[in-house]
Amino acid sequence: MPSRHRTVVVGASTGGFTTAESLRCNGYDGRITVVGEEPHRPYHRPPLSKQILAGEWALGDATITSAATTPALSIDLVLGTRATGLDTDRRTVKTTDGELSFDSLVIATGVSARRPARQYALAGFHTLRTLDDSTALTADLRGATHVLVVGAGVLGSEIAAVLAKRGLAVTLVGRSGSIRFGQTGSLLSSRVADLHETNGVRLLLALDVIRLLGTDRVTGAVLSDGSTVAADVVVAAVGSSPRVEWLAGSDLQLADGVVCDSAGRAAKDIYAVGDVARWSDTPGTHSARVEHQQNAIEQAHAVASTISTGIPHAPDIVPFFWSELYGTRIQAYGRFTGAGTLDVVAGDPAEGKFVGLASRDGTAVGVVGWNLPRAFRIARAQFTSGTADIGERQLAP
Amino acid sequence: MKIEVNQSTCVGSGQCALTAEDLFDQDDDGIVILLHDHAKPEFQDAAQRAASLCPARAITLSD
Ligand SMILES: Cc1cc2nc3c(=O)[nH]c(=O)nc-3n(C[C@H](O)[C@H](O)[C@H](O)COP(=O)(O)OP(=O)(O)OC[C@H]3O[C@@H](n4cnc5c(N)ncnc54)[C@H](O)[C@@H]3O)c2cc1C
Ligand code: SF4
Repeated sequence: MPSRHRTVVVGASTGGFTTAESLRCNGYDGRITVVGEEPHRPYHRPPLSKQILAGEWALGDATITSAATTPALSIDLVLGTRATGLDTDRRTVKTTDGELSFDSLVIATGVSARRPARQYALAGFHTLRTLDDSTALTADLRGATHVLVVGAGVLGSEIAAVLAKRGLAVTLVGRSGSIRFGQTGSLLSSRVADLHETNGVRLLLALDVIRLLGTDRVTGAVLSDGSTVAADVVVAAVGSSPRVEWLAGSDLQLADGVVCDSAGRAAKDIYAVGDVARWSDTPGTHSARVEHQQNAIEQAHAVASTISTGIPHAPDIVPFFWSELYGTRIQAYGRFTGAGTLDVVAGDPAEGKFVGLASRDGTAVGVVGWNLPRAFRIARAQFTSGTADIGERQLAP
Repeated sequence: MKIEVNQSTCVGSGQCALTAEDLFDQDDDGIVILLHDHAKPEFQDAAQRAASLCPARAITLSD
């Protein structure tokens, strides 16, 4: 009798846990083992730079709640265990706790925060990707008065906003001349910059940190124009690297992530989902890695369907993300590369609430919501069905 | 099928209302509003889809 089918999932966060749960919802009755390096139960990362950093939520509030309990789902959750190698011929994953054999493998190892090339071992220097990072940062903020945030993207902006709200003097430094806000690129730069300045964050663009000051503990930094910034704590949010080091030497194609087809297949019976995965677009040859929670969830659902039915599911997943700065809810849906104009379709930018339709060469490519979430949702549905009504007023990018 | 929502973890994505507009709406801040706390049989699939797509897992279903 053939032994029971077994799916091994590596990475116990949004992508990995959702895949496992979705397999069960689809009626998959094989064994499911989820291996995760972190000791914590799967949790949501978005609150780490929002409610948790603000001190509004306890760490446990970010835990992913499941409709059914893990024992009821019959998922074997192996925490505190790291995958260290993959043998595609023998279909085994090596871990710090022995070998696991699989019939299907799902890679959901996410990304790690990039540390600037100049290695900063100084106390007071932080990145923010995990719950443990969050604990360390929060502890270090006690007694701090000046914080330097390096990296003016979504994450750097969120961190700067929350710390300013906590009463700290915050300097936000970005290497690029504009604020690059996730998939919307620099389309929202001047608006985000206005928010920072209105709320007292000192924003320095087109500047880089050359080196940190301090002997044991950081006391500040020297910038590329020769100026110095004093800081008790420095937080870097300068991008991320896919966690593929454990796949080195396997036959999988690695190129800024795990290269997959449009159904998330990296090789026969091997899939990747979430931040680590580079799926090719359904119609063309272009492939992309998307670092947003909704994308990880939808890829997880697709892979779970493929594994449980044997029929490849290749959905067209349009990137969606949300962020929050100083109480302003910012949302974006679409593929914004090359988008140069934003037409207001609802609300009024002067009042700090609007929905905009982004276009490239006259074609609508995405929807942006600025503190108008319900209207954003309606515009998004119209955009998807191709009936978006382009407003009269045009905003400068 | 009983539906519950947690407005304090909801992130206002609108995913639920896009997936099951008969069951969910949003207030002006985008926070979920439950239109029916029980899903009739014909809406159960939509309720399940909405719950599984919610990025904050703010929707729970029970029998
Ligand atoms: C602070 C912060 C705020 C964010 N805010 C938003 C937001 O507002 N909106 C939004 O859409 N997205 C946001 N994101 C992005 C979102 O959290 C990610 O898209 C999502 O977590 C991706 O899930 P994942 O499962 O692919 O990867 P991850 O969540 O990175 O999980 C990967 C897991 O795999 C583990 N792992 C890695 N290597 C191994 C190994 N070899 N063996 C075993 N386990 C391993 C890791 O420890 C980790 O637990 C935010 C991210 C961060 C860090
Ligand atoms: S899908 Fe979830 S987070 Fe989004 S509006 Fe509905 S309940 Fe809130």
